[in-house]
Amino acid sequence: MDAARDNSLRRTPLHGLHEELGARMVPFAGWSMPVQYPTGIIAEHNHTRSGVSLFDVSHMGQVSLRGGDAAAALERLVPGDIMGLAPGRMRYTQLTNEAGGIIDDLMVTRAGDHLSLVINASRSDVDLAHLRARLPGVEVEVRDHALLALQGPAAAAALARLAPGAAALGFMSAASFDLDGCPATVTRSGYTGEDGFEISVPAAGAERIARALLAVEGVRPAGLGARDSLRLEAGLCLYGNDIDETTTPVEAGLAWTIGKRRRAGGGFAGADTILRQLAEGAPRRLAGLLPEGRAPARAHAEIRDSSGSPVGTVTSGGFGPTAGGPVAMGYVAGAAAEPGTALAIMVRDRAVPARVTRLPFVPHRYVKKT
Amino acid sequence: MSELRYTSDHEWIRVDGDVATVGISAFAQEQLGDVVFVELPDIGKKLAKGAEAATVESVKAASEVYAPVGGEVVEVNGALVDDPALVNGDPTGEGWFIKLRLSNPSELDGLMDEAGYKAFVAARG
Repeated sequence: MDAARDNSLRRTPLHGLHEELGARMVPFAGWSMPVQYPTGIIAEHNHTRSGVSLFDVSHMGQVSLRGGDAAAALERLVPGDIMGLAPGRMRYTQLTNEAGGIIDDLMVTRAGDHLSLVINASRSDVDLAHLRARLPGVEVEVRDHALLALQGPAAAAALARLAPGAAALGFMSAASFDLDGCPATVTRSGYTGEDGFEISVPAAGAERIARALLAVEGVRPAGLGARDSLRLEAGLCLYGNDIDETTTPVEAGLAWTIGKRRRAGGGFAGADTILRQLAEGAPRRLAGLLPEGRAPARAHAEIRDSSGSPVGTVTSGGFGPTAGGPVAMGYVAGAAAEPGTALAIMVRDRAVPARVTRLPFVPHRYVKKT
Repeated sequence: MSELRYTSDHEWIRVDGDVATVGISAFAQEQLGDVVFVELPDIGKKLAKGAEAATVESVKAASEVYAPVGGEVVEVNGALVDDPALVNGDPTGEGWFIKLRLSNPSELDGLMDEAGYKAFVAARG
Protein backbone atom coordinates (compact mmCIF):
# COMPACT_ATOMS: atom_id res chain seq x y z
CA MET A 1 0.00 0.00 0.00
CA ASP A 2 1.06 3.58 -0.65
CA ALA A 3 2.86 4.72 2.52
CA ALA A 4 1.33 8.18 2.23
CA ARG A 5 -2.16 6.69 2.71
CA ASP A 6 -1.38 3.76 5.00
CA ASN A 7 -3.22 4.60 8.19
CA SER A 8 -1.27 2.07 10.23
CA LEU A 9 1.83 4.25 9.81
CA ARG A 10 2.52 7.22 12.06
CA ARG A 11 2.81 10.61 10.43
CA THR A 12 5.08 13.47 11.37
CA PRO A 13 3.69 17.02 11.66
CA LEU A 14 5.24 17.68 8.22
CA HIS A 15 3.39 14.88 6.38
CA GLY A 16 1.17 17.30 4.45
CA LEU A 17 4.15 19.43 3.51
CA HIS A 18 6.04 16.40 2.19
CA GLU A 19 3.11 15.47 -0.05
CA GLU A 20 2.81 19.05 -1.24
CA LEU A 21 6.53 18.98 -2.14
CA GLY A 22 6.03 15.79 -4.16
CA ALA A 23 7.90 13.46 -1.82
CA ARG A 24 7.76 9.71 -2.26
CA MET A 25 6.61 8.42 1.10
CA VAL A 26 7.84 5.05 2.35
CA PRO A 27 7.28 3.06 5.54
CA PHE A 28 10.24 3.43 7.91
CA ALA A 29 10.25 2.09 11.48
CA GLY A 30 6.46 2.39 11.64
CA TRP A 31 6.38 5.91 10.18
CA SER A 32 5.41 7.27 6.78
CA MET A 33 8.58 9.15 5.80
CA PRO A 34 9.86 10.92 2.67
CA VAL A 35 12.59 8.82 1.00
CA GLN A 36 13.12 11.42 -1.70
CA TYR A 37 11.61 14.46 -3.39
CA PRO A 38 11.26 14.86 -7.16
CA THR A 39 14.90 16.01 -7.50
CA GLY A 40 16.10 12.52 -6.50
CA ILE A 41 18.52 11.12 -3.97
CA ILE A 42 21.77 12.01 -5.76
CA ALA A 43 20.77 15.65 -6.30
CA GLU A 44 19.64 15.89 -2.65
CA HIS A 45 22.88 14.28 -1.48
CA ASN A 46 25.02 16.63 -3.57
CA HIS A 47 23.08 19.69 -2.50
CA THR A 48 23.69 18.77 1.15
CA ARG A 49 27.44 18.56 0.50
CA SER A 50 27.57 21.87 -1.40
CA GLY A 51 24.71 23.93 0.06
CA VAL A 52 22.06 23.20 2.66
CA SER A 53 19.20 20.71 2.94
CA LEU A 54 16.26 20.36 5.30
CA PHE A 55 15.43 16.85 6.55
CA ASP A 56 12.40 15.82 8.58
CA VAL A 57 13.70 13.45 11.24
CA SER A 58 10.67 13.70 13.51
CA HIS A 59 10.45 9.91 13.64
CA MET A 60 13.42 9.98 16.00
CA GLY A 61 12.38 9.58 19.63
CA GLN A 62 12.89 12.54 21.96
CA VAL A 63 13.00 11.71 25.64
CA SER A 64 13.73 13.77 28.71
CA LEU A 65 15.16 12.42 31.96
CA ARG A 66 14.43 14.39 35.12
CA GLY A 67 14.92 14.00 38.83
CA GLY A 68 17.01 11.69 40.93
CA ASP A 69 20.54 12.07 39.77
CA ALA A 70 19.68 11.39 36.16
CA ALA A 71 23.26 11.77 34.89
CA ALA A 72 24.75 9.37 37.44
CA ALA A 73 21.90 6.92 36.88
CA LEU A 74 22.24 7.02 33.08
CA GLU A 75 25.97 6.36 33.37
CA ARG A 76 25.14 2.84 34.56
CA LEU A 77 23.52 2.20 31.16
CA VAL A 78 25.96 3.92 28.78
CA PRO A 79 29.78 4.01 28.47
CA GLY A 80 29.77 7.74 27.67
CA ASP A 81 30.73 10.48 30.14
CA ILE A 82 27.38 12.00 31.10
CA MET A 83 28.28 13.43 34.52
CA GLY A 84 31.04 15.43 32.87
CA LEU A 85 28.62 16.96 30.37
CA ALA A 86 28.48 20.73 30.90
CA PRO A 87 25.12 22.52 30.59
CA GLY A 88 24.27 23.11 26.94
CA ARG A 89 26.64 20.39 25.72
CA MET A 90 25.75 17.13 24.01
CA ARG A 91 27.43 13.77 23.51
CA TYR A 92 27.00 10.66 21.38
CA THR A 93 26.88 7.38 23.30
CA GLN A 94 25.22 3.94 23.34
CA LEU A 95 22.84 2.07 25.60
CA THR A 96 24.69 -1.20 26.19
CA ASN A 97 23.52 -4.60 27.40
CA GLU A 98 25.29 -6.84 29.91
CA ALA A 99 27.23 -8.57 27.11
CA GLY A 100 28.53 -5.24 25.80
CA GLY A 101 26.15 -5.24 22.81
CA ILE A 102 24.40 -2.05 21.72
CA ILE A 103 20.69 -1.68 22.59
CA ASP A 104 20.62 1.68 20.79
CA ASP A 105 22.86 4.61 19.97
CA LEU A 106 21.76 8.04 21.08
CA MET A 107 22.53 11.70 21.63
CA VAL A 108 22.46 13.02 25.20
CA THR A 109 22.23 16.76 25.91
CA ARG A 110 22.45 18.39 29.33
CA ALA A 111 19.61 20.90 29.09
CA GLY A 112 19.41 22.95 32.27
CA ASP A 113 17.42 20.88 34.76
CA HIS A 114 17.16 17.69 32.71
CA LEU A 115 18.86 15.42 30.21
CA SER A 116 17.48 15.37 26.70
CA LEU A 117 17.89 12.19 24.63
CA VAL A 118 17.43 11.55 20.92
CA ILE A 119 16.92 7.84 20.19
CA ASN A 120 16.20 5.76 17.08
CA ALA A 121 12.58 5.37 16.01
CA SER A 122 13.05 1.64 15.47
CA ARG A 123 14.28 1.23 19.06
CA SER A 124 12.11 3.65 20.99
CA ASP A 125 9.83 1.01 22.55
CA VAL A 126 12.81 -1.11 23.61
CA ASP A 127 14.71 1.94 24.88
CA LEU A 128 11.81 3.32 26.90
CA ALA A 129 11.18 -0.01 28.60
CA HIS A 130 14.90 -0.29 29.35
CA LEU A 131 15.20 3.26 30.71
CA ARG A 132 12.06 2.97 32.85
CA ALA A 133 13.17 -0.36 34.32
CA ARG A 134 16.74 0.70 34.99
CA LEU A 135 16.38 4.30 36.11
CA PRO A 136 14.34 4.15 39.33
CA GLY A 137 13.60 7.61 40.68
CA VAL A 138 14.17 9.23 37.31
CA GLU A 139 11.18 10.55 35.39
CA VAL A 140 11.35 9.29 31.78
CA GLU A 141 9.15 11.43 29.57
CA VAL A 142 8.57 11.17 25.81
CA ARG A 143 8.43 14.59 24.24
CA ASP A 144 5.98 14.92 21.38
CA HIS A 145 8.23 17.28 19.43
CA ALA A 146 9.17 17.39 15.78
CA LEU A 147 12.85 17.24 14.82
CA LEU A 148 14.24 18.98 11.76
CA ALA A 149 17.81 18.61 10.53
CA LEU A 150 19.34 21.51 8.60
CA GLN A 151 22.56 20.16 7.11
CA GLY A 152 25.31 21.41 4.84
CA PRO A 153 28.06 24.03 4.61
CA ALA A 154 25.45 26.78 4.12
CA ALA A 155 23.32 25.64 7.10
CA ALA A 156 24.69 28.23 9.56
CA ALA A 157 24.03 31.14 7.21
CA ALA A 158 20.54 29.82 6.47
CA LEU A 159 19.57 29.34 10.12
CA ALA A 160 21.02 32.76 11.00
CA ARG A 161 18.29 34.30 8.85
CA LEU A 162 15.75 33.07 11.42
CA ALA A 163 17.94 33.04 14.53
CA PRO A 164 20.98 35.33 14.20
CA GLY A 165 22.62 33.78 17.27
CA ALA A 166 22.53 30.21 15.98
CA ALA A 167 25.66 30.56 13.85
CA ALA A 168 27.70 31.17 17.04
CA LEU A 169 26.72 27.77 18.48
CA GLY A 170 29.69 25.42 18.91
CA PHE A 171 29.84 21.85 17.60
CA MET A 172 27.85 19.46 19.83
CA SER A 173 26.30 22.37 21.75
CA ALA A 174 22.64 23.21 22.35
CA ALA A 175 20.73 26.44 22.92
CA SER A 176 17.15 27.71 22.82
CA PHE A 177 16.01 30.13 20.14
CA ASP A 178 12.83 31.74 19.00
CA LEU A 179 12.33 30.66 15.39
CA ASP A 180 9.67 32.67 13.62
CA GLY A 181 7.72 32.92 16.86
CA CYS A 182 8.17 29.27 17.89
CA PRO A 183 10.35 28.16 20.80
CA ALA A 184 13.01 25.75 19.53
CA THR A 185 15.97 23.85 20.97
CA VAL A 186 18.79 23.88 18.46
CA THR A 187 21.88 21.65 18.58
CA ARG A 188 24.88 21.91 16.28
CA SER A 189 24.97 18.30 15.22
CA GLY A 190 23.78 15.96 12.51
CA TYR A 191 24.15 12.70 10.63
CA THR A 192 25.68 13.77 7.32
CA GLY A 193 29.32 14.55 8.10
CA GLU A 194 28.62 18.19 7.25
CA ASP A 195 28.15 21.22 9.48
CA GLY A 196 24.54 21.57 10.51
CA PHE A 197 21.84 21.74 13.14
CA GLU A 198 19.06 19.64 14.58
CA ILE A 199 16.04 21.66 15.60
CA SER A 200 13.53 20.34 18.13
CA VAL A 201 10.19 22.13 18.06
CA PRO A 202 6.70 21.55 19.46
CA ALA A 203 4.68 19.65 16.84
CA ALA A 204 2.32 22.60 16.37
CA GLY A 205 5.13 24.89 15.21
CA ALA A 206 7.00 22.39 13.01
CA GLU A 207 5.39 23.17 9.68
CA ARG A 208 5.68 26.91 10.21
CA ILE A 209 9.43 26.61 10.90
CA ALA A 210 9.98 24.15 8.04
CA ARG A 211 8.28 26.53 5.62
CA ALA A 212 10.28 29.47 6.95
CA LEU A 213 13.54 27.53 6.46
CA LEU A 214 12.55 26.33 2.97
CA ALA A 215 11.82 29.97 2.08
CA VAL A 216 15.46 30.88 2.76
CA GLU A 217 17.33 30.99 -0.54
CA GLY A 218 19.26 27.78 -1.20
CA VAL A 219 17.46 25.57 1.35
CA ARG A 220 15.96 22.48 -0.31
CA PRO A 221 14.19 19.46 1.14
CA ALA A 222 16.05 16.13 1.30
CA GLY A 223 14.73 12.69 2.25
CA LEU A 224 15.85 9.59 4.08
CA GLY A 225 17.56 8.24 0.93
CA ALA A 226 20.08 11.07 0.89
CA ARG A 227 20.38 10.92 4.67
CA ASP A 228 21.47 7.29 4.32
CA SER A 229 24.03 7.87 1.53
CA LEU A 230 25.42 10.92 3.40
CA ARG A 231 25.84 9.06 6.70
CA LEU A 232 27.39 6.06 4.94
CA GLU A 233 30.03 8.23 3.26
CA ALA A 234 30.62 9.88 6.65
CA GLY A 235 31.22 6.41 8.16
CA LEU A 236 28.40 6.87 10.69
CA CYS A 237 26.71 3.74 12.01
CA LEU A 238 23.06 2.98 11.31
CA TYR A 239 21.32 1.05 14.09
CA GLY A 240 20.03 -2.30 12.85
CA ASN A 241 22.61 -2.37 10.04
CA ASP A 242 26.03 -1.60 11.46
CA ILE A 243 25.30 -1.93 15.16
CA ASP A 244 22.88 -4.04 17.18
CA GLU A 245 22.68 -6.07 20.37
CA THR A 246 25.43 -8.43 19.14
CA THR A 247 28.03 -5.76 18.29
CA THR A 248 30.06 -3.87 20.88
CA PRO A 249 31.08 -0.20 20.70
CA VAL A 250 34.73 -1.28 20.35
CA GLU A 251 33.96 -3.57 17.40
CA ALA A 252 31.93 -0.77 15.81
CA GLY A 253 34.84 1.68 15.96
CA LEU A 254 33.13 3.74 18.65
CA ALA A 255 35.90 3.52 21.28
CA TRP A 256 36.36 7.29 20.83
CA THR A 257 32.99 7.79 22.54
CA ILE A 258 34.29 6.24 25.78
CA GLY A 259 36.23 8.80 27.81
CA LYS A 260 39.13 8.33 30.19
CA ARG A 261 37.06 8.40 33.37
CA ARG A 262 34.65 5.72 32.14
CA ARG A 263 37.53 3.52 30.96
CA ALA A 264 39.15 3.77 34.37
CA GLY A 265 36.01 3.41 36.46
CA GLY A 266 33.75 1.13 34.44
CA GLY A 267 30.38 0.76 36.14
CA PHE A 268 28.24 0.53 33.00
CA ALA A 269 26.38 -2.38 31.43
CA GLY A 270 28.73 -4.62 29.52
CA ALA A 271 31.83 -2.95 30.99
CA ASP A 272 33.64 -6.29 31.47
CA THR A 273 33.58 -7.05 27.75
CA ILE A 274 33.99 -3.50 26.53
CA LEU A 275 36.93 -2.65 28.81
CA ARG A 276 38.63 -5.96 27.93
CA GLN A 277 38.22 -5.22 24.21
CA LEU A 278 39.59 -1.71 24.73
CA ALA A 279 42.68 -3.21 26.35
CA GLU A 280 43.19 -6.28 24.15
CA GLY A 281 41.43 -5.40 20.92
CA ALA A 282 38.19 -6.79 19.53
CA PRO A 283 37.96 -10.05 17.56
CA ARG A 284 36.36 -8.17 14.65
CA ARG A 285 36.11 -4.55 13.64
CA LEU A 286 33.84 -2.43 11.48
CA ALA A 287 35.93 -1.63 8.41
CA GLY A 288 35.48 0.71 5.48
CA LEU A 289 35.59 -1.12 2.15
CA LEU A 290 36.10 0.32 -1.33
CA PRO A 291 34.87 -2.18 -3.94
CA GLU A 292 36.54 -2.02 -7.37
CA GLY A 293 34.41 -1.05 -10.34
CA ARG A 294 30.90 0.35 -10.14
CA ALA A 295 28.75 -2.46 -8.77
CA PRO A 296 27.42 -1.52 -5.32
CA ALA A 297 28.02 -4.12 -2.60
CA ARG A 298 25.06 -4.09 -0.22
CA ALA A 299 24.25 -5.19 3.31
CA HIS A 300 24.55 -8.96 4.01
CA ALA A 301 27.12 -9.55 1.23
CA GLU A 302 29.89 -11.90 2.31
CA ILE A 303 33.43 -10.56 2.69
CA ARG A 304 36.29 -12.93 1.83
CA ASP A 305 40.05 -12.75 2.22
CA SER A 306 42.56 -13.24 -0.59
CA SER A 307 42.41 -17.03 -0.17
CA GLY A 308 38.63 -17.03 -0.56
CA SER A 309 37.80 -17.72 3.10
CA PRO A 310 34.89 -15.82 4.63
CA VAL A 311 36.13 -13.08 7.01
CA GLY A 312 33.00 -11.00 7.51
CA THR A 313 29.78 -9.46 6.26
CA VAL A 314 28.84 -6.10 4.75
CA THR A 315 26.50 -4.20 7.08
CA SER A 316 25.92 -1.08 4.95
CA GLY A 317 26.81 -0.52 1.34
CA GLY A 318 25.77 1.40 -1.71
CA PHE A 319 26.72 4.09 -4.15
CA GLY A 320 28.48 7.11 -2.69
CA PRO A 321 27.68 10.13 -4.85
CA THR A 322 30.51 12.22 -3.34
CA ALA A 323 32.93 9.27 -3.24
CA GLY A 324 32.02 8.74 -6.90
CA GLY A 325 31.54 4.99 -6.62
CA PRO A 326 30.51 2.15 -4.39
CA VAL A 327 31.34 2.30 -0.67
CA ALA A 328 30.64 -0.26 2.04
CA MET A 329 31.18 -0.98 5.70
CA GLY A 330 31.28 -4.36 7.31
CA TYR A 331 32.64 -6.40 10.18
CA VAL A 332 35.96 -8.02 9.37
CA ALA A 333 37.85 -10.46 11.56
CA GLY A 334 41.19 -9.62 13.17
CA ALA A 335 44.09 -8.52 11.02
CA ALA A 336 41.98 -8.40 7.86
CA ALA A 337 40.47 -5.15 9.17
CA GLU A 338 43.78 -3.27 8.72
CA PRO A 339 43.55 -0.43 6.18
CA GLY A 340 45.08 -1.42 2.86
CA THR A 341 44.17 -5.11 3.15
CA ALA A 342 42.98 -6.59 -0.15
CA LEU A 343 39.68 -8.44 0.34
CA ALA A 344 36.74 -9.39 -1.87
CA ILE A 345 32.99 -8.94 -1.53
CA MET A 346 30.57 -11.43 -3.05
CA VAL A 347 28.18 -9.53 -5.32
CA ARG A 348 25.73 -11.77 -7.20
CA ASP A 349 28.05 -14.80 -6.82
CA ARG A 350 31.09 -12.91 -8.10
CA ALA A 351 34.07 -11.94 -5.96
CA VAL A 352 34.52 -8.18 -6.40
CA PRO A 353 37.96 -7.03 -5.17
CA ALA A 354 37.66 -4.51 -2.33
CA ARG A 355 40.29 -2.68 -0.30
CA VAL A 356 39.98 -1.91 3.41
CA THR A 357 40.13 1.85 3.94
CA ARG A 358 39.93 4.21 6.90
CA LEU A 359 36.54 5.68 7.68
CA PRO A 360 35.06 8.10 6.82
CA PHE A 361 34.99 7.83 3.02
CA VAL A 362 34.32 11.58 2.81
CA PRO A 363 36.06 13.77 5.43
CA HIS A 364 33.85 15.29 8.12
CA ARG A 365 33.46 19.04 7.87
CA TYR A 366 32.01 19.83 11.26
CA VAL A 367 32.32 23.39 12.57
CA LYS A 368 35.65 23.72 14.38
CA LYS A 369 34.57 25.77 17.36
CA THR A 370 33.20 23.94 20.36
CA MET B 1 6.44 -2.24 -36.40
CA SER B 2 7.97 0.30 -34.01
CA GLU B 3 5.44 0.68 -31.23
CA LEU B 4 6.40 -0.25 -27.68
CA ARG B 5 4.94 -3.25 -25.92
CA TYR B 6 5.24 -3.80 -22.19
CA THR B 7 5.52 -6.57 -19.62
CA SER B 8 3.96 -6.61 -16.15
CA ASP B 9 7.57 -6.37 -14.83
CA HIS B 10 7.85 -2.94 -16.50
CA GLU B 11 10.14 -3.83 -19.37
CA TRP B 12 9.41 -2.45 -22.82
CA ILE B 13 10.23 -4.05 -26.16
CA ARG B 14 10.34 -2.52 -29.63
CA VAL B 15 10.47 -4.93 -32.59
CA ASP B 16 12.22 -4.15 -35.86
CA GLY B 17 12.17 -7.16 -38.18
CA ASP B 18 13.46 -10.18 -36.24
CA VAL B 19 15.43 -8.06 -33.75
CA ALA B 20 13.86 -6.37 -30.72
CA THR B 21 15.23 -3.67 -28.44
CA VAL B 22 14.51 -4.02 -24.69
CA GLY B 23 14.59 -1.52 -21.83
CA ILE B 24 12.69 -0.52 -18.70
CA SER B 25 9.68 1.77 -18.68
CA ALA B 26 9.56 5.42 -17.66
CA PHE B 27 7.45 4.31 -14.69
CA ALA B 28 10.08 1.74 -13.69
CA GLN B 29 12.98 4.19 -13.78
CA GLU B 30 10.95 6.69 -11.77
CA GLN B 31 10.21 4.04 -9.14
CA LEU B 32 13.86 3.00 -9.01
CA GLY B 33 15.22 6.52 -8.68
CA ASP B 34 18.76 7.47 -9.68
CA VAL B 35 20.33 4.51 -11.50
CA VAL B 36 23.99 4.06 -10.53
CA PHE B 37 24.92 0.69 -12.04
CA VAL B 38 23.85 -1.51 -14.92
CA GLU B 39 25.10 -5.04 -15.60
CA LEU B 40 24.49 -6.34 -19.10
CA PRO B 41 24.56 -9.92 -20.45
CA ASP B 42 27.20 -11.29 -22.81
CA ILE B 43 26.48 -11.04 -26.51
CA GLY B 44 25.38 -14.42 -27.82
CA LYS B 45 23.62 -15.38 -24.60
CA LYS B 46 20.33 -17.15 -25.23
CA LEU B 47 17.51 -16.02 -22.98
CA ALA B 48 14.17 -17.71 -22.44
CA LYS B 49 11.10 -15.51 -22.01
CA GLY B 50 11.15 -14.22 -18.42
CA ALA B 51 14.84 -15.05 -17.84
CA GLU B 52 17.10 -12.55 -16.06
CA ALA B 53 18.61 -10.42 -18.79
CA ALA B 54 20.33 -7.59 -16.89
CA THR B 55 20.68 -6.01 -13.47
CA VAL B 56 19.91 -2.39 -12.71
CA GLU B 57 20.81 -0.74 -9.42
CA SER B 58 19.61 2.54 -8.04
CA VAL B 59 20.99 4.29 -4.97
CA LYS B 60 18.54 2.29 -2.86
CA ALA B 61 18.26 -1.17 -4.38
CA ALA B 62 19.12 -3.72 -7.04
CA SER B 63 16.53 -5.03 -9.53
CA GLU B 64 16.55 -7.55 -12.34
CA VAL B 65 15.53 -6.84 -15.91
CA TYR B 66 13.78 -9.85 -17.48
CA ALA B 67 13.60 -10.83 -21.13
CA PRO B 68 10.06 -9.92 -22.33
CA VAL B 69 10.36 -12.69 -24.96
CA GLY B 70 12.90 -15.38 -25.72
CA GLY B 71 15.88 -14.74 -27.97
CA GLU B 72 19.61 -14.38 -28.43
CA VAL B 73 21.43 -11.26 -27.25
CA VAL B 74 22.88 -9.63 -30.38
CA GLU B 75 23.82 -6.22 -28.95
CA VAL B 76 24.07 -4.51 -25.54
CA ASN B 77 24.05 -0.79 -24.75
CA GLY B 78 27.62 -0.32 -23.51
CA ALA B 79 26.95 3.38 -22.94
CA LEU B 80 24.95 2.43 -19.83
CA VAL B 81 28.04 1.02 -18.14
CA ASP B 82 29.76 4.41 -18.10
CA ASP B 83 26.60 6.51 -17.82
CA PRO B 84 23.87 4.54 -15.98
CA ALA B 85 21.84 7.76 -15.59
CA LEU B 86 20.82 7.39 -19.27
CA VAL B 87 18.20 4.98 -17.94
CA ASN B 88 16.62 7.85 -15.98
CA GLY B 89 17.08 10.50 -18.63
CA ASP B 90 15.76 8.59 -21.65
CA PRO B 91 14.38 5.21 -20.58
CA THR B 92 12.72 4.29 -23.89
CA GLY B 93 15.44 5.80 -26.09
CA GLU B 94 19.15 6.09 -25.27
CA GLY B 95 18.57 4.16 -22.07
CA TRP B 96 17.89 0.84 -23.85
CA PHE B 97 19.53 -2.28 -22.43
CA ILE B 98 19.79 -5.08 -25.00
CA LYS B 99 18.81 -6.19 -28.50
CA LEU B 100 17.44 -9.70 -28.94
CA ARG B 101 17.03 -11.84 -32.05
CA LEU B 102 13.60 -13.30 -31.42
CA SER B 103 13.34 -17.05 -31.08
CA ASN B 104 9.56 -17.16 -31.06
CA PRO B 105 7.80 -13.96 -32.26
CA SER B 106 4.42 -15.33 -31.14
CA GLU B 107 5.52 -14.64 -27.54
CA LEU B 108 4.96 -10.96 -28.31
CA ASP B 109 1.22 -11.56 -28.38
CA GLY B 110 0.84 -11.67 -24.62
CA LEU B 111 2.42 -8.25 -24.02
CA MET B 112 0.57 -5.02 -23.29
CA ASP B 113 0.35 -2.12 -25.69
CA GLU B 114 0.88 1.46 -24.52
CA ALA B 115 -2.74 1.98 -23.46
CA GLY B 116 -2.91 -1.37 -21.71
CA TYR B 117 0.31 -0.69 -19.80
CA LYS B 118 -0.86 2.77 -18.80
CA ALA B 119 -4.02 1.25 -17.32
CA PHE B 120 -1.94 -1.48 -15.62
CA VAL B 121 0.29 1.12 -13.94
CA ALA B 122 -2.67 3.28 -12.92
CA ALA B 123 -4.37 0.27 -11.31
CA ARG B 124 -1.31 -0.44 -9.17
CA GLY B 125 -1.74 2.63 -6.96
